[in-house]
Amino acid sequence: MDLYEHMGKDLFRAHGIPTPRGFVAASAKEAASATEELGGRSVVKIQVQVGGRGKGGGVELCDSPEAAAAAADRMLGSTFKGFPVSRVLVEEQLPIAQEFYTSILLDRSRGDYLAMMTAEGGVDIEELARTRPDALRRLRIDPLLGLRGYHVRELVGGLPPEAWEGASEVVRMLYELLVFRDATLVEVNPLVLLEDDRVVALDAKVTIDDNALWRQPDLEDLRQQFPIDEVEARAKEQGLQYVKLDGEVGIIGNGAGLVMSTLDVVAQAGARAANFLDVGGGASADQMATSLEVVLSDPAVKVVLVNIFGGITRCDLVAQGILEALDRVDARVPIVVRLDGTNAEDGRRILADAAHPRIVPAANMIEAAEEAADLAGAAA
Amino acid sequence: MSILVDARTTLVVQGITGNEGTFHTLRNSDYGTEVVAGVTPGKGGQDVEGIPVFDTVARAVAETGANTSMVFVPPRFAADAILEAADAGVALVVCITEGIPVRDMATVHSYLEASSTRLVGPNCPGVISPGAANVGIIPGEICARGSVGLVSRSGTLVYQIVHELTQRGVGQSTCVGMGGDPVHGIGFVEALELFQADAETELIVLIGEIGGDDEERAAAFIAEEVTKPVVGYVAGFEAPPGKRMGHAGAIVTGSSGTAAAKAEALGSVGVSVGRDPTQVADLVVERLG
Repeated sequence: MDLYEHMGKDLFRAHGIPTPRGFVAASAKEAASATEELGGRSVVKIQVQVGGRGKGGGVELCDSPEAAAAAADRMLGSTFKGFPVSRVLVEEQLPIAQEFYTSILLDRSRGDYLAMMTAEGGVDIEELARTRPDALRRLRIDPLLGLRGYHVRELVGGLPPEAWEGASEVVRMLYELLVFRDATLVEVNPLVLLEDDRVVALDAKVTIDDNALWRQPDLEDLRQQFPIDEVEARAKEQGLQYVKLDGEVGIIGNGAGLVMSTLDVVAQAGARAANFLDVGGGASADQMATSLEVVLSDPAVKVVLVNIFGGITRCDLVAQGILEALDRVDARVPIVVRLDGTNAEDGRRILADAAHPRIVPAANMIEAAEEAADLAGAAA
Repeated sequence: MSILVDARTTLVVQGITGNEGTFHTLRNSDYGTEVVAGVTPGKGGQDVEGIPVFDTVARAVAETGANTSMVFVPPRFAADAILEAADAGVALVVCITEGIPVRDMATVHSYLEASSTRLVGPNCPGVISPGAANVGIIPGEICARGSVGLVSRSGTLVYQIVHELTQRGVGQSTCVGMGGDPVHGIGFVEALELFQADAETELIVLIGEIGGDDEERAAAFIAEEVTKPVVGYVAGFEAPPGKRMGHAGAIVTGSSGTAAAKAEALGSVGVSVGRDPTQVADLVVERLG
């Protein structure tokens, strides 16, 4: 779960990491009064769960409440890289002497943590890592040992000496936050040295491990503030993994790997998937009915492809589930069904005997994808 | 022979008294796996269909000599269960549990590096050596004994591809579902190393998917160390781009993590990469000759 900048900064403050004074605003009026409160000048920043705001016009320096109102007016209600903007963060302008970059993250390829810092903030950090790797200090942190004093000294050693004290404190607190709040990433770009030698986090990027939300109930609550797609929310309630895509072939399958593979095979057959839907292990009548409802609620869907591999799940039960589901759901488009694995022949016979007008049986995954692509093409 | 599990496997099941735990323990036992013990704290002294239940793994090992553990406990307690098995001296832990916090797994990962215990999973379907032992939830009926070693990040793609192989009369030495979690035990590289050294395995099938850099590291290892033919598959060419871990993610892996990049990395070291599961099975038949 990626937190908005203002939520990340709330966590920063709770852990003693200095941030600029600021207010969240949902209207031009709120942005103006926030700027007034901050002494008449501010920085207005759009709040979206995606990076690249600085270069993309998502951050504006404002010298008056009126200018802040105008900036907020322009930003609110717009979309940034496809993400709707419903809030801006209005912060004080600070006298910046120098910009740095720091982050700590879980390194999935090694199973430990990686801390990074460079004195060259405000730059494209990926570009810097490629072209001048020596400018970026990197340290492995063993989760059993934690962040040690010598780690911190090594990290901040590339910064100007007047920043050492403040930056050391920030790094220690970032690691504490990472561990105590189950974050997989904390990133500050830029971390700034002010003219009075204070070190302040000007930005906050925090990603929380979804698997750990049960022990972070206050962070789980933040989810309520995220924009949600109604259909995705409904699927989630039923324990289904659903992601909306742009194509015309609705996909239902069991297991994330098999569903991804199905999307690929449909693309190879010349059509495009309308969604990713993993029905999970059971594929009962209930799950199948909800899956069909969810997929068919997308008006772009011209055909549905059900691709089930019966492992522990028996295909005869899956076939009955599909038929029961069709009693409850208005199937407005053809449904190509491919069943394979345990009791597949029984399952196929059950579907054949039922002779449901919407069901198009397919012998294997590739044939199913080609059939679905043909039907989608014919309906276009 | 085979890798990881075989006729010498003696299994203790942590979480044996839960619904899933009991169901799959009995399936594994019916398949022929020697299940010697179960563990559920507070239920020591009971039994599940004649399999004795102990309060701790240490006690179960002391009484039965179990050398392998299968973990079915809920995600909140699963990391603890893995560590308990390692401390009890179990050589192999297969963790089926899905949803373990990654911080817990990072601790486990670090601890196991200094231990002789091997971990498969978590969030995986387990390991089967057809005809010898099944530890996990892979349906034994779709497997057949033979000479293809298979390792996969995805569970259902194990089933799909094993099934296609068996249908073509191609059996398997061992099938390993390594699981899809970011921090996990055995990866492609360790599985490749074991299959390369296994006399029964003639060909290796490697099933990857988008995200991380396991496939790229597997490709580098294949180029250096693997002489047996390898057939590969990567799922997720059409998957929506996953959430990136800020700017820092790409720096760490040095890879875009896309299916195309992974398929190319594997192809460049002589792996035959199939475009769909059916073609993977066809390529296996072709390369076995």
